[in-house]
Amino acid sequence: MTSLPETTAKKLGLVVDLDICVGCHACAVNCKEWNASAKSAPLTDYDPYGKKPDGVWFNRIHTYETTDDAGHGQTVHFPRSCLHCEDAPCVTVCPTGASYKREEDGIVLVNEDICIGCKLCSWACPYGAREYDENEGVMKKCTLCVDKIYNENLPEESRVPACVSTCPAGARSFGDLGDPESEVSKLVAARGGYDLMPEQGTKPVNKYLSPRPRQDGRGGDKAPRMLASADESTEGAGLIARWVDKILS
Amino acid sequence: MHPAKSVIFFTTASGAGYGMMIWLAVLAVLDVLPQETVFGLLVFGLAFALIVGGLLSSTFHLGRPERAWRAMSQWRSSWLSREGLAAIIGFVPLGVFALISIFGIAEMTLGVIFGLIGAGMALLTLYCTAMIYASLRTIPAWHNGWTVAGYLVLGPMNGAVILAFLIAIFGYGEAAGAMRNIALAMLLAGLAVKLFYWQHIRTAAPVSTAGTATGLGHLGKVEMTGSPHDQDNYLLREMGFRIARKHADKLRRIATLLGFVVPIVCVALGLVFADGPLNLFVSFVAVVACQIGITAERWLFFAEAKHAVTLYYGEQAV
Repeated sequence: MTSLPETTAKKLGLVVDLDICVGCHACAVNCKEWNASAKSAPLTDYDPYGKKPDGVWFNRIHTYETTDDAGHGQTVHFPRSCLHCEDAPCVTVCPTGASYKREEDGIVLVNEDICIGCKLCSWACPYGAREYDENEGVMKKCTLCVDKIYNENLPEESRVPACVSTCPAGARSFGDLGDPESEVSKLVAARGGYDLMPEQGTKPVNKYLSPRPRQDGRGGDKAPRMLASADESTEGAGLIARWVDKILS
Repeated sequence: MHPAKSVIFFTTASGAGYGMMIWLAVLAVLDVLPQETVFGLLVFGLAFALIVGGLLSSTFHLGRPERAWRAMSQWRSSWLSREGLAAIIGFVPLGVFALISIFGIAEMTLGVIFGLIGAGMALLTLYCTAMIYASLRTIPAWHNGWTVAGYLVLGPMNGAVILAFLIAIFGYGEAAGAMRNIALAMLLAGLAVKLFYWQHIRTAAPVSTAGTATGLGHLGKVEMTGSPHDQDNYLLREMGFRIARKHADKLRRIATLLGFVVPIVCVALGLVFADGPLNLFVSFVAVVACQIGITAERWLFFAEAKHAVTLYYGEQAV
């Protein structure tokens, strides 16, 4: 049923610390590895060894640069995956009941056996969490490694999503965000974890932690000039170089 | 948004078919619906062909068309499901209305009742189609009342233009006059709705920004310097569809001219000329122009709409 549950017993999700993430894409790679052989398999690749490799991934790592009014820049690596929203619009738009949110833990899943591949759920998601598998003709998405986190064949410390267990920097945490006493909830409270695009009304379960403020007084307040502007400018050049520049320009 | 040909054909064709049905019911209420078998077979046949053809076409863009029947089950939450259900249920009253009008299998009073129920279902189906788009917050260009107005007006408008031509072929003076007036009124309404829609999407304040999408807005301007992948992926092909602005302007002019202005002039001329070849010619030009114009309008409806996910890929605001 694609109506959303009133409440869920748990709110399993991730906390992503943008202060720690180094943008190594290991989470995306391990996500792909696990899911290409687990519940969502095959996680199709098109032309994987050709000129235009492309495929279905549940985890995408962007890199952003922010620039404030004073020209201070900051580089932020930004992992993007399903946020397992409480008011998941991808679930309610589904015409077949293939898309659903679990009452027991809040994980948003796709039943690939009844998905018709209409793609409407991917239109409804503001976060680009759903990717369509052109070979299978169905929609796929992050399962929060539902086949790993409850897997009793694995040692207990491995029962976390693949992206979390692989992160070499410890930028990703997994837990019950509905329980205020959980480690992840405490982390969110301590660091002011926030929602992505709260104005979309999706009430994401996953939270992001902002990069910590830069410490002042070290290393100047601006990044080095870009080469393009250095090319044009004679600032700081020697006398002859400036003289030649003056004559020639 | 990527303008899928199957969806453009579906919304324009089914819209026109439902529009024809609505006006056939109105003509029946006005007691001017010609009840001749050949005419009935042609107009009801064409209306059904447009509706069914459109619905079938809409299944072509599915990954698993053989499972399309499942789409009827989630009417409690999904506008797509409601649309499918309304379309299927609507065939019953529309079918009875057609049988009574063409073959006279029952009193026309009964035909009028079924026609009105069918027209109501046609409008409901158009409304559901509109709401599929208008309910998506991720696409502010669709998430507004003008989207709904557009679907409710343009389908019946196109249907009226087509029906006016078909009735003119058969030379039913009374019905032809009524349909020309209806077509003219609908064309003017359609033009107004579309101009208001374009005005709205040009002036509406952005809903989400690269700052809110990443939550990094407090650090200043947010620009993507590294993409997660070096080839376009599904998200960029489906949601990141872009057209050059100069094409958008050109297409808007084509849509306005052929979809509305030319048909308005033609239908108005049709009201001036006496019935005859010249009248048929202008009615025909109106139909052809309207089809091209509405197709351009629908293509733009998709191509101009920006999706929130593009904020992660370099778009600053949607």
